Order: sequence, then structure tokens, then C-alpha cells
Amino acid sequence: MSGVRVLVGTHKGAFILTSDGKRERWDVSGPHFPGWEIYHMKGSPTNPDRLYASQTSGWFGQVIQRSDDGGKTWEPAGNAFAYDGVPGTHQWYDGTQHPWEFKRVWYLEPSPTDPDTVYAGVEDAALFRSSDGGQTWQELSGLRNVKGNLWAPGAGGMCLHSILLDPNDPNRIYTAISAAGAFRSDDGGQNWRAITNGLHSEYELPDPSAEVGHCVHNIAMHPSRPGVLFMQKHWDVMRSDDAGESWHEISGNLPTDFGFPIAVHAHEPETIYVVPIKSDSEHYPPEGKLRVYRSRTGGNEWEALTNGLPQSDCYVNILRSAMAVDTLDSCGVYFGTTGGQVYASPDAGDHWAPIVRDLPAVLSVEVQVLP
Amino acid sequence: MIRVVLPTHLWRLANTNREVEIQVEGPATIAAVLDALEEQYPMLRGTIRDHVTKERRDFIRFFACREDLSLEPPETLLPEDVVTGEEPLRVVGAMAGG
Repeated sequence: MSGVRVLVGTHKGAFILTSDGKRERWDVSGPHFPGWEIYHMKGSPTNPDRLYASQTSGWFGQVIQRSDDGGKTWEPAGNAFAYDGVPGTHQWYDGTQHPWEFKRVWYLEPSPTDPDTVYAGVEDAALFRSSDGGQTWQELSGLRNVKGNLWAPGAGGMCLHSILLDPNDPNRIYTAISAAGAFRSDDGGQNWRAITNGLHSEYELPDPSAEVGHCVHNIAMHPSRPGVLFMQKHWDVMRSDDAGESWHEISGNLPTDFGFPIAVHAHEPETIYVVPIKSDSEHYPPEGKLRVYRSRTGGNEWEALTNGLPQSDCYVNILRSAMAVDTLDSCGVYFGTTGGQVYASPDAGDHWAPIVRDLPAVLSVEVQVLP
Repeated sequence: MIRVVLPTHLWRLANTNREVEIQVEGPATIAAVLDALEEQYPMLRGTIRDHVTKERRDFIRFFACREDLSLEPPETLLPEDVVTGEEPLRVVGAMAGG
């Protein structure tokens, strides 16, 4: 029977949870890298035992870790993230220009075809690529040519937090950056443009339809339809049916359209998941009820999924990289909370249970199905 | 032989012990000791000083012989007791927060 491995990055270390395909009993390994912030861990699609982890610290900076045995042992890889050329400047809080400064890696996206190629989304926002298993990193600096001087850090920092690689077109890459927007390259990351037509940020931007500046929280796609994108924006859940050329709102009957992660069912491209959060200043579920919302219609019509989730006095947050799905026949859905719980549903969201419940605040969740 | 005491997170990262011994050729300056430390433990590059500018990270301090050397220029010679191995150079994660 297939097994499942859940990679959990937390505020104070990494944890790896494993189960068989029933997903009822879970073994917890960790903390790995105790005391460090683990922003993200992800495995190579072509070699599931090749894992990459972003290990970071306010004291000691950035470390990239790599495992070739599914997380049993790790080796530090390269951690030199040098911006290409003269880094230039971006908008600062006081309206002045501020030099680009590397702070940390938020997101790692291994190539779908080569275990030694991996992309890193970093703060201050930029995209890097390694083609030697994480030993050396090169910036794809064309991204910052898309009005990078106008980008400004949001409350969470100016981070590139989402990377989507088109499985049908190796030259097409999507990225999203907090308080800058969503971007697409059609030439392998050399040239980029903003894909923000249709986004409307009335309370965040002086020009609500500006080309850059939208606070995109997360983007997702189904691999069978890479031209269809889903977005959780600061406010608004959005959809594009033309590879980001235009977006329309699909918030529909959600109790609030603020939130962080968005995910797509592994086998149903029109089934999507969000976790509504009360507001931009109250980062917890409305009414203290932890509810995942599922749309089986590609948006607009949403149902609350509550079975097994706390329905009173729950005031945790679910961060943007902390939700994932597995690819077993009955699609599993997973998410982690800032309260240290990781919840899993083995039946596409109908029933939930905590698979671990007292970890440090969860920053990221990824899932692998093992042979 | 110069003794360097590392903070927990860094000696774990380097897969070594709290105290390491470093051989420095030429004058034993702060920079020379850090160069030799990073040569011996490459995974520490970027964790104590910036990769490019070689500036000390904000929350790292250098203590030796009850003195704080953190703000001294990198070319500062270390105290004689550190050079002779009598006392260690301590790399410290600074207090930050409550």
C-alpha cells in the first residue's frame, strides 16, 4: 500500500509525519533543525527521497538543507543568495527607495523533471534557481524589472512565496509576491510581466487596479489544467482561465474572503479549498470556528467543512504555505495552524482529525505520496 | 591553536563540538580567525558574517577575555590569551527579545 509523508515546517524546527495509505496512524519524526525557523520543505517529484528545506534564523541567517533519504539525514547545501548585478532599490515604508537585501528563503519548488534543479522564492522578493542540487544559486533577475522599484514590503515582509511550474511547458513559470502581485515568465524565467488584470485592491492601493502592488497571498493550479489559476488575495478569492491574462472574483458565499492558502483537489480541477480568516487585522477564523471551505464548482459556491474541526473558541491562523493535498485515490487534504496542529482529511475534506497537535506554530505543510 | 566557542545552533550545524580549534597563518585577527573557521566548516559561511561584505550579522557578538570585540574592526588582533589558547574566542548569539 502507498505511504504518505507530510513535511511540516514550524517556527522552531521541522517535523516529518508518515502514515500508510489509510492515513489513520501517524509517526512523528523531529524536531529536525530544532530552534530554527523552517519556512518550507519540499520533495522532488522525480525522486521523493530528495528533499529540500529552508532553515532560517534571525541570528544566523539562511541555511539550505538537502536530504537524499527522505529526511532521515540532512546535509547543508549552498546558502549564498547574491542578487544579480547591482541589486537596486525598492519602495520603503517612508516612500524612499531602499536597497534590496536578502533575508530568507520562503519557498522551494523542485523541478518536475530534474531532482538537482530547484527554485527558491526569497525575501527581499526575488527568484533564484539552482541546477546543482542547491549548492549554488543564480537569480532570475528579470522578474525585478517588472517595476521592482515600486514594490514595497507588506507586514509579512517583501517575500516571493509562491512558485508554480507549468508541467506542460518548462518555459512557463508563475510567481506571486506579497504586496507586489503575480507574475509570469514564458521563457524559463528570463523575462517577466505582471499578470494582475482584474485584481482590485480598493483598501490597499491608491489605484485599486494598479499593475503592481496587489497583496497576493497564494496561487494554485491543477497540473492537468495549468492555464487555470486560483488565487487567495489579501481580500478576494480570484480565478483566471487564461494563464493569468485576466482574473475574476469567485469569493461567492464565503463568510469572509480574506485568507492565506488556497489548494486544488488532486483529481478534480474544479474543486478548491480555502480557509477564511476574519480580516487583515484579526488573523483567526470568524466566530472562533475553524472551517475549511470547499467549492466543487471552481468557485462562487462554497460549503463549510467542519467535521472534526474545532467549532468554538478557535483563534489560530493558517499561513499561506500551510495547506496541501495528496494524490491518493481518495484525495487527502492537510493544513497546519499557528497553534501547532496539523489537521488531515483522508476524504477530500468531509472528515478531519488532527494528526499532530502540539507543535510550534506551523509555517508550511507539504505532502508526498510514496510508492 | 586558537579555541573558538560556537553557539549551539552553529556547532550543531557544523556537526562538531561546542569548542573547536582553529589554526591561523599570520596575524591572529578577528577576520583571520573567521576566515579559518569558515574554511574548516564551510557550512558556517553566511551564518556569522555576510557572504559578500563579510560584515558581522546583527545578532552575532564576539567576546574574549571578558571584553566585547564585536564592534572592533575585523583587522583587530585578538588578545594574547586567545592567541596562545589560554582563553577562547566566543561567538555568541546576542540576547534579543524578552
